[in-house]
Amino acid sequence: MLGGVVLVLAAAAFWLGRGQALAAAGGSARHLHSLPGYYGFYAALWCGVPALAVVLVWSVLDGSVIEAIVQASTPAGLDGLSADEFSLFMTDVRNTVSGNIVSNPTAEVRAAADHYRQLQSLSTWGLTVVGLVLAVAGMMIARRTIVPSLRSREAVEKAMMVLMIAASTIAILTTIGIVLSLLFESYRFFLKVPAAEFLFGLEWSPQTAIRADQVGSSGAFGAIPIFAGTLLITVIAMTVAVPIGLLSAIYMSEYASQRVRSVTKPLLEVLAGIPTVVYGFFAALTVAPAIRGWGEAVGLDVSSESALAAGAVMGVMIVPFVSSLSDDVISAVPQSLRDGSYGLGATKSETITRVILPAALPGIVGAVLLAVSRAIGETMIVVMAAGLAANLTANPFEAVTTVTVQIATLLVGDQEFDSAKTLAAFALGLVLFFVTLGLNVIALSVVRKYREKYD
Amino acid sequence: MTDATGPAPQRRELKQRSTSEANVRRRYAREKRFKLYGMLAVATAMAMLAILLVTIIGNGTSAFFQHEMALDVSIDAERLDLGPEPDEAALRTAPYLRVVRDALKADFPGISGRRERRSLYGLVSNGADFAVRDAVLANPAVVGTTHRVWVKTSDDIDTFLKGQMTGSERWQPAGAATPTATAGKVTIAAETGAFAGILADVRAHLGAVADSLLKQRGALERAIEREIAELGQLRASGGDEAGIARLDRAIERDKQEAASLTAEILDLRKRAAAAGGEEALGDGQPSYFVAINGGLVKLETVSDAEATGQALLPLADTDHAGAGEWSVVAYRVPEADRRVKDQEIAWIAKLQGEGRVEQRFNFDFFATGDSREPELAGIWGAVVGSFFTLVTTLLISFPIGVLAAVYLEEFAPKNRWTDLIEVNINNLAAVPSIVFGLLGLAVFLNFFGLPRSAPVVGGMVLALMTLPTIIIASRAALKSVPPSIREAALGMGASRLQTVGHHVLPLAMPGILTGTIIGMAQALGETAPLLMIGMVAFIVDVPGGFTDPATVMPVQIYLWADSPERAFVAKTSAAIMVLLSFLVLMNVLAVILRKRFERRW
Repeated sequence: MLGGVVLVLAAAAFWLGRGQALAAAGGSARHLHSLPGYYGFYAALWCGVPALAVVLVWSVLDGSVIEAIVQASTPAGLDGLSADEFSLFMTDVRNTVSGNIVSNPTAEVRAAADHYRQLQSLSTWGLTVVGLVLAVAGMMIARRTIVPSLRSREAVEKAMMVLMIAASTIAILTTIGIVLSLLFESYRFFLKVPAAEFLFGLEWSPQTAIRADQVGSSGAFGAIPIFAGTLLITVIAMTVAVPIGLLSAIYMSEYASQRVRSVTKPLLEVLAGIPTVVYGFFAALTVAPAIRGWGEAVGLDVSSESALAAGAVMGVMIVPFVSSLSDDVISAVPQSLRDGSYGLGATKSETITRVILPAALPGIVGAVLLAVSRAIGETMIVVMAAGLAANLTANPFEAVTTVTVQIATLLVGDQEFDSAKTLAAFALGLVLFFVTLGLNVIALSVVRKYREKYD
Repeated sequence: MTDATGPAPQRRELKQRSTSEANVRRRYAREKRFKLYGMLAVATAMAMLAILLVTIIGNGTSAFFQHEMALDVSIDAERLDLGPEPDEAALRTAPYLRVVRDALKADFPGISGRRERRSLYGLVSNGADFAVRDAVLANPAVVGTTHRVWVKTSDDIDTFLKGQMTGSERWQPAGAATPTATAGKVTIAAETGAFAGILADVRAHLGAVADSLLKQRGALERAIEREIAELGQLRASGGDEAGIARLDRAIERDKQEAASLTAEILDLRKRAAAAGGEEALGDGQPSYFVAINGGLVKLETVSDAEATGQALLPLADTDHAGAGEWSVVAYRVPEADRRVKDQEIAWIAKLQGEGRVEQRFNFDFFATGDSREPELAGIWGAVVGSFFTLVTTLLISFPIGVLAAVYLEEFAPKNRWTDLIEVNINNLAAVPSIVFGLLGLAVFLNFFGLPRSAPVVGGMVLALMTLPTIIIASRAALKSVPPSIREAALGMGASRLQTVGHHVLPLAMPGILTGTIIGMAQALGETAPLLMIGMVAFIVDVPGGFTDPATVMPVQIYLWADSPERAFVAKTSAAIMVLLSFLVLMNVLAVILRKRFERRW
């Protein structure tokens, strides 16, 4: 709301600044240092940027500040409450303010809610005043400094550079944000469950007691079965994806005619573009019952959520990754190697298996590592087709669970946020992030080093 | 070295030539095999894609058509608690369910008992009263008249009518038949052999039951053997008396059960092997109906030329029905295993005979939000939610991505800091999507306290995910603009920012837009991060703004895939078809953009 007003003021400042610059230069732009528009932008920036910055910071922080004040000023009678009861009290206050249902409307809650509302309106008025004052002050400063010889273009361009640098650092901020948030929550988890038990324990049954005397509340947080499940499904997926992907890439880059290539390459891209939730539904609806049917016809005992079903469909999803990356790598092998091999009388298949593949091997290995990292991080297919019980097994017909399934189920449930159960999800996320990061770094460096060899 | 050639080298030469010829043949064979493997790999990938699409489309098309039933509803003002001049609010909130139920009872008089009435009311959807309400609101003059309203059938009836609940067969036996009564217990006397097929089926089924009981007995006998061995071990090792006694009793019990199983198996086999005589249709058997003289009789006992059963629909008379005037219908799935019972089938059959059941295109699928009832569930809520989320993603990620790409490509000095940023962006592009969900949960929801399930938060998380894609695509587009453009602009006196802004960026824009559209298409299909930030709630209303709770299409698909009702399988497939068509649209747009506007320098 207020931001909109500031933006309108900044637009007005643009017109005013531009007009002022032109007027000061006697109506023609020839005597101005920069194009007239730059003077307008200069004025708009002076008007808008300080005001918007303050508005943004204020509206982000005012919620917490108001809450802190209200918390500190509650009557003495509430000091004896435990942390949980106090947070319940604060929730009641908040609900009273926003007009929702309140569970315990006592007089203290109403008094605190009134205080809260007072502070909120104070904050809103204060913000409006400060924002408008800053905007107008900015406009004044701009009016004062606009003269024909002002190098407004340089000022505006410097501001743009700052903006662009800020945009570039968002990537870094995102990574830092991911690492910090994961580390922070995992630290809280490792305060409750020792890291050794988490990384090396063999039993995963994440339950935490809500009351001290609850039966069946002993949680076991050993993550090895989950890692084993992830590994099993990834291995199955790779067994499907690598042969099909690699052979497709070889066929399409070496043997296929232009017509065939122009048809099959887009179709493989289609495979890559299908959302993973569709693959998951397909796996749960068609593939898993089919595998179960075949297994029972042969006499095996196949679970309805077998690792084979999830792994096979995941492999199909990964085929385009392996195929397109390998295609690029194989095409990048210099023609001279091929010509030399043909010149010696080798057939095409011998050239491929003895000359091209060994030359392209680092790139292919990089492609496979990237595909593995994709398989490890895949969520929806396994959520819909794989099981929930952590099972330490190498049998592809049994149900296993993976890291991503556990993260999803632990956080979509209804445990409170501080319990070891939900924090375990962040610990798992940390492990997942670093494993995929490691694989990606290795893969990208391998591919890059390979490209250097031939360029 | 010698030039002498003798017989010995010739022999060796011949041998070499033959082995080398064999070698060459082997190598060419290997070449052909290798090429075949390549073709097989490509064909397998294509086949998987085809199977996926065919399965989804095959399952989904039936969700676009919904069966509807015509009810002659007597819209009685008194029954609806309406005064003489009802206003719109009163018309909106009147209890239309009453008149719907009255209409059903009027169609099938003679229904008694709570269970039968519930069964009858279950023929139509729970939203049938809304259909009547809409008809009344559209034309308030119908109050006080009997108006024909088309209401949706319930999802079970719809599934049954589409043939997805049970397979069925209909045939007309040769020869005439005569019923003995018009209601209640009816015996149908037909010519010899009319019901022989059914009799044979029933007996075959008895044989199959006997076989499965035989397997059961086999497992039981193996268990008995194990128990006897265990008993022997216990006795030998001098185990406790209580344990031995318990095992003894268990063995006795199991032996008795095996004996009774044996008796049952023998009895079943005798009945299965019998010829002639009559058999009773029991549980686990398909349901057989005889449609004769306008009525429907459910068979209970069958012999070669005679069948007896209950009349589920009363017959018009007890006249003789000639050949071709009566038929037998069989529903393969036994009544106990399906959700639509035989009485309901009979009622629907009567309505179908009167032409009051039709299959219509389900426009509501595209106009309503989610619902617990499959026949009422629609995808519009998810489409609007997806729209808001994607708009947020675009508004956030496009400017930031393009600005970052411009800076990194044109202005950044080549130092360690920018190298770090580059490595970071490449890594972010490969981070699993669920980690972004964790980030969104920890930072946006817990630290900043933004509303859960809102498209704004979803858009922000997806923007973080799409950012690396846009940056990488934009950098590639900017890199492809030749330096001559830049140098010409600089030569004319433009500043570096003006060069980029006025000359380079517009030329690179098609490539940037292509990359953005592809990034948006990826974001449209993302589910995992949105699950983390809470967009997995059951949202019924269509969202009205960016901060209303909403869900997106992939999450809706995930939720429907989890639902147990059979009808939701078709709905999920239909939703997948809608999602895939949006994705195809976006990708085609990107390809058109690339083909028409991209310039190759």
